[in-house]
Amino acid sequence: MALKVVMGQRLLKANEQVAAENRTRFAGAGTLVVNLISSPGAGKTTLLERTLPWLRDKFRIAVIEGDMYSVRDAQRIAGYEVEVVQINTAGVCHLDAPMVARALEELSEARYDLLFIENVGNLVCPAEFDLGEDLKVALLSVTEGADKPAKYPLVFQSARAVVINKSDLLPYTDFELETVVTELKALNPELEVFLLSAKTGEGIKEWCTWLEKLTGRKQAASRSGTG
Amino acid sequence: MHELSLVEAMMSSVAESAAENNITRVVRIKIVVGKLNLAQPELLRFAFNALQAGTIFEGATLEIEERPLVMRCRKCGNTCAPEYPAYFCSLCGGRVEVVTGQELYIEHYEGETGGDGDKDGAKGSDGPAAPEG
Repeated sequence: MALKVVMGQRLLKANEQVAAENRTRFAGAGTLVVNLISSPGAGKTTLLERTLPWLRDKFRIAVIEGDMYSVRDAQRIAGYEVEVVQINTAGVCHLDAPMVARALEELSEARYDLLFIENVGNLVCPAEFDLGEDLKVALLSVTEGADKPAKYPLVFQSARAVVINKSDLLPYTDFELETVVTELKALNPELEVFLLSAKTGEGIKEWCTWLEKLTGRKQAASRSGTG
Repeated sequence: MHELSLVEAMMSSVAESAAENNITRVVRIKIVVGKLNLAQPELLRFAFNALQAGTIFEGATLEIEERPLVMRCRKCGNTCAPEYPAYFCSLCGGRVEVVTGQELYIEHYEGETGGDGDKDGAKGSDGPAAPEG
């Protein structure tokens, strides 16, 4: 017998369910979870290498590294005395919530204050997949060109903060900083924008201070049972 | 290539629903995809064709309804359909919001139920319903 079934179901419902489970787990543990998204080579791993020495004495930190192939990024992060798990997606261009749930099982401690999830380098697909994070941070490096927010609006719209990296190279590019910041704020008025150089360390302090504040807030929310 | 993941998610949702409805073969699926999702219809079809062999979806067609990006000004109500997301109204400068273009859902699917027929009549017998009380 032929049958027509009307669904109206969101395509990524299964991912959203696992993301909600991850989020409940992070809330219970008081873990602030940051999902780092950028195109390849924007400097996600280098930013972490700058950030971890600032924060590792204050918080228990773990890092989940997402790459299609190789453990190179995890090897770089392992040198910073924080726990790191590598996910290899074997060709898939983004992380999804079940991958993160499996990676969590690999972490040795039950509670962390701060978890960074470095997504696969890609400005399109990672924006679609909720991992259960508290916030998305989009990185944009000045060498990529100023047109990225207009071309990839979804990721910049859903981000809580944008880090504009490689500020040391600004004099050598035609990156129009003011125009980009205006465009970003128009896409998302509540967006925090940080201009920094993960290579030289310029601007890192403001970024780390902001993360410190958010991590503290998440811990407080968890202790008072409202997280 | 998030199209592959989207199609896998679609197939798993429909397969789950088909099992609940005793559907053993799916012949057609219709999904609605807004332009803002940056999912390419030809890649969605390619992924669906590549994944359907040996499943209940074998030979099924995928219909994709694309929804254009339509934005509306919160201040003056002017609507427009820009190629890229606009930020401000071209008429009054007010902030604009997305009306359509963010959709990503399975609208319906069509399939065939198992051919046993031994469950016919299980639902609703013809006799008059006995009034309660």
